[in-house]
Amino acid sequence: MRSIIKAPLAALAASAVLAGPVSAELTGDLKIFLDTSNPAPRATMEAMIADFQDLHPDLNIETTVIDREEYKTQIRNFLTANPPDVATWYAANRMRPYVDAELFEDVSDLWQEPEIAENLASTKGAMTIDGKQWGVPYTYYQWGVYYRKDIYEELGLEEPNTWDAFKANCQAILDSGRKCFTIGTKFLWTAGGWFDYLNMRTNGFDFHMQLANGEVSWEDDRVKQTFANWQELVDMGAFIDNHQTYSWQEALPFMVNGDAVHYLMGNFAVAPLRDAGLTDDQIDFYQFPAITDGIALAEDAPTDTFHIPANAANKEAAREFLRFVVSADVQTEINNGQNLGQLPVNAQSSVDDDKFLNEGFAMLSSNSPGGVAQFWDRDAPAEMAKASMEGFQEFMVKPENLDRILARLERARQRIYQ
Amino acid sequence: MATTAMPVSGTGPGDGRSWFHRNQIAITPWLFLAPGVLFFLFYVIFPVFQSFNISLYAWDGLGEAEFVGLRNYEDLYWEFVDRDAFYTSLKNNILWLLLYLLAIPAGLLIALFLNQTVAGIRIYKSLFFFPFVISQVVVGLVFTWFYDPTFGLLNTIIGWFGLGPISVLGDERYVTYGIIAAGLWPQTAYCMILYLTGLNAVDPEQIEAGRLDGAKGWKMLWYVVIPQLKPATFIAFVVTIIGALRSFDLISIMTQGGPFGSSRVLAFYMFEVALSEYGFRMGYGAAIAVVLFLIMLCFIAYFLWSMYREERGAR
Repeated sequence: MRSIIKAPLAALAASAVLAGPVSAELTGDLKIFLDTSNPAPRATMEAMIADFQDLHPDLNIETTVIDREEYKTQIRNFLTANPPDVATWYAANRMRPYVDAELFEDVSDLWQEPEIAENLASTKGAMTIDGKQWGVPYTYYQWGVYYRKDIYEELGLEEPNTWDAFKANCQAILDSGRKCFTIGTKFLWTAGGWFDYLNMRTNGFDFHMQLANGEVSWEDDRVKQTFANWQELVDMGAFIDNHQTYSWQEALPFMVNGDAVHYLMGNFAVAPLRDAGLTDDQIDFYQFPAITDGIALAEDAPTDTFHIPANAANKEAAREFLRFVVSADVQTEINNGQNLGQLPVNAQSSVDDDKFLNEGFAMLSSNSPGGVAQFWDRDAPAEMAKASMEGFQEFMVKPENLDRILARLERARQRIYQ
Repeated sequence: MATTAMPVSGTGPGDGRSWFHRNQIAITPWLFLAPGVLFFLFYVIFPVFQSFNISLYAWDGLGEAEFVGLRNYEDLYWEFVDRDAFYTSLKNNILWLLLYLLAIPAGLLIALFLNQTVAGIRIYKSLFFFPFVISQVVVGLVFTWFYDPTFGLLNTIIGWFGLGPISVLGDERYVTYGIIAAGLWPQTAYCMILYLTGLNAVDPEQIEAGRLDGAKGWKMLWYVVIPQLKPATFIAFVVTIIGALRSFDLISIMTQGGPFGSSRVLAFYMFEVALSEYGFRMGYGAAIAVVLFLIMLCFIAYFLWSMYREERGAR
């Protein structure tokens, strides 16, 4: 399989590189740190790096794969003490601590090159802090409502376009003895996804970003309206019980067994649902419906990125690697269904023929006029994200504590952004 | 060191030998101790003072540290007053300290029960000791499944009596007790093994004498056996207190401090604010560590004092 596609890909990539700025033959060492520790992404990355090696035989590439969760804490150490030449990370505010500490290299020059400037325009905002770009994206994926199509057919329901239809569907599902939404909030971030959608649909993308940037009070009436909408679902009993004890993976069986019908999740949930035996006739996807009329729909589409540490030794080779990663053909290849199974960031790439990828790509490119958010824990500063997601979890279990939670978050906001 | 007990060489000072040779006996123990002392100073004592120092700064671990004086402690104080995360952590730490001590009587009970000679007693002893051998991570996972509100064994069992279902780890009222119960399982086994070795050393003549004087049952246990187990009790107390204050791995595995932070203890809270995925407040984490250190210091001082008293009594 690899060898069949490898040769033409390498040839294509070679032409892409030749079309770009003139590059002298690269030599020396290139140290790459990856957080893609799951089997499929790991194999994808290793194959991609092997292709890059074929293009630059004199370069000595050394790849280190670190467990995805471990990586999040280790990055602080290796960026300061023993930096690689290329490292993976996440877009938006998640980059800020390292940008502020001057540990990421400014790669605005790459974004000046027409290859990247024209084809990656959609993600430029997510890579920009203080007017400069600090890395390049390599993949992103949509969020949305995944649901059991067969149960919808059994109950005679249709994909909802409005908040009322959404709640009516939910009531019908509850009446049939099932739960509406599965969710596992033990690790908090899943509740952040719900907050993203409810707040963006209630108050719009711009307000959501103001809140993430600490410009709006948590005790603002608009924030309270978001929670009031959320509370309607909580009071209906729409979410599975005891979600605070489950991880997102542990919440999957509820949907697989048909005890719950929807899952508001990223596209990465599709693979385990398929592995658990659900066919594409049984699972489907729709965009989270509008809540407030006249508010432009905005979506979550978290972007994973490559960066060059400021103290890297071989920045020339690292820049060449970044150009290679975002080139159209490499993007098509690494994001296809056999590999990452996500969306390519380059506008010239093609999306793999997968129903969820196609629907997601169509949604993000034509039906998300409000903007594209990165996800709550990447848009808000780490401390605020942590404090607020804990508040969201508490709210989902004890909605009566809302006022206390919001007062606590407001205190946190005053301290964190000062 | 018992240097005075060593025979001192007969020759007096100034007999022409080098300084090292003359003072060899006094110096040697310090030479042997030096590597250990140096490591202890560098890896234990020095970081303690470093923590004190960092707790006076606001620092994200990457950029410049900003001196803020006692503001981190002031924030902790306000968190305490507002019954926020720090209050919860401190309260849970005290719960851990008190309830974890149940491991000592439970361990004694099992040790007394197993201290008999029947066929295959070694197998029973090792079965009881088993939970201490397995990793805390495994204990945490096993108890997480045991407590699981949907398919857990606990809810199946209380379901037979028409009770439940309760979500032990999902309810902020029960969660800390649930985790302490999980921690008691291996800790009881540890105390049991300490008491089993202690029971081997109980003087049979004293038991005999007590029996002649008509002691039996509780009286025999309380006045004859337990006083002889005092060294074992002391060690069991020390390891249990330290275990309670170190209670980090079970919380991390079972709840991540949740639901909504209600099962945090100081050690976990420190990790959360300073070292976890979202934590960038090194100074604040250091301030929490200092508080934890002061609590531990009370116990350490008590342990050292009672050991010192013991040694003086033995002379």
